[in-house]
Amino acid sequence: MANVIRLKTPLTEEDVDQLKIGDKVLISGVIYTGRDAAHKRMIDLLNQGKELPMDVRGQVIYYVGPAPARPGKPIGSAGPTTSYRMDAYAPRLMEIGMKGMIGKGNRAPEVIQAMKKNKAIYFGATGGAGAVLAKSIKKAQVVAYEDLGPEAIHRLEVEDFPVVVINDTKGNDLYVEGAKKYRKD
Amino acid sequence: MREIQVDKIVKTVKDLFIDANYKLGQDVVDEFDRRIQSDESPVAREVIKELKQNVAIASQGEYPICQDTGLAVVFVDMGQDVHVVGGNLRDAINEGVRQGYQEGYLRKSACHPFTRKNTGDNTPAIIHYDIVPGDKIRIMAVPKGGGAENMSRVHMLTPSAGAEGVQDFIVNRMKEAGSNPCPPTIVGVGIGGTFERTAILAKKALLRKVGQRNPDPEIAKMEREVLERINKLGIGPMGYGGNTTALDVFFEVEPCHIASLPLAVNVQCHANRHKEATI
Repeated sequence: MANVIRLKTPLTEEDVDQLKIGDKVLISGVIYTGRDAAHKRMIDLLNQGKELPMDVRGQVIYYVGPAPARPGKPIGSAGPTTSYRMDAYAPRLMEIGMKGMIGKGNRAPEVIQAMKKNKAIYFGATGGAGAVLAKSIKKAQVVAYEDLGPEAIHRLEVEDFPVVVINDTKGNDLYVEGAKKYRKD
Repeated sequence: MREIQVDKIVKTVKDLFIDANYKLGQDVVDEFDRRIQSDESPVAREVIKELKQNVAIASQGEYPICQDTGLAVVFVDMGQDVHVVGGNLRDAINEGVRQGYQEGYLRKSACHPFTRKNTGDNTPAIIHYDIVPGDKIRIMAVPKGGGAENMSRVHMLTPSAGAEGVQDFIVNRMKEAGSNPCPPTIVGVGIGGTFERTAILAKKALLRKVGQRNPDPEIAKMEREVLERINKLGIGPMGYGGNTTALDVFFEVEPCHIASLPLAVNVQCHANRHKEATI
């Protein structure tokens, strides 16, 4: 991997603008979880002109539905879920200041476009490495939608949470470039 | 008739789901090792090492391999000379799932398709029964994650499409799936039967161990060819680029209608979790 960059949340425009596809980033600070059902509720709130349960400005949303925590542990396994299901909601959150998303899998062209326009980054975490990733999560607390169980919004405190830049603020896509490099016709 | 108490079935199902979610088969880990040696991409090698490390942490029993601990798929080979006593088989399997997901700190992922309300205990299990000779029950537990399952397809080809059409469809499917199903994947393929049968064949194909070829040499050859073609796509582990897009491809083939060529591609991520027991 090209570079290893350490970032602390909330992220600034300069933080995200320096990142290039393929960069390995270690994120520390607070990040929020959210997946299908939580995203739907957040967008419904915005449509009604209401406040979100957390301030997303400069924030990173991690697409994850963790496994239950064992006693004494902050969280269970916590790897990324497939991101395209959040494509319908992500541009709206970027418009109000969200700076990063962590997930896995391809994003729609309009989401990549919104990242370029609003200066935001899509990070990939290793899918299926939920046990490894859980080790970087030091604290977890539900901040909204507890009724959704694993889909509730959690506030996570992370240390050196390992991710890779998939889409940068210039419209580049690691999934396209990576496959191009190793494709054999 | 041999009598088997439902309590024994409950415990077996519970233990199998916990075991499957914490301990990945050695066949997959061995394939990780081979790929760490052979993949040309340094990023790919690093990702596979991370997956191997993840399996090692999970095997200690505190964190499941993946947070998506799956819907509970169960294959039952029910000996015709078995009499289940103390309750009924379906309830026993669901109770085993309920207990396993609770006691194993596994995520409950079952919900209503429209309201999305979680059923709360990961039931109902998806159960496939087969009645077989003998006086034993063989139970296979297959926790199936959603990300890879969503990339799966059933397609009714015209017979003229032939072997080439089948192979092209599978390779295109994996190309379109791209990074979504957490590659490197294991690809279960059902060919033949009917619309529903071919899908079950594809799922059953996933019960094989990596490297285990179909006994028919012609089919085995096709498995190897399709695997090679998928790995030439360059998608690589997590889609970051590399030569390891799939770890293996398994074909299960059965006769079909003279008018049909049913094909199912059941995509499975690298965490090919399945455990079985015979009681």
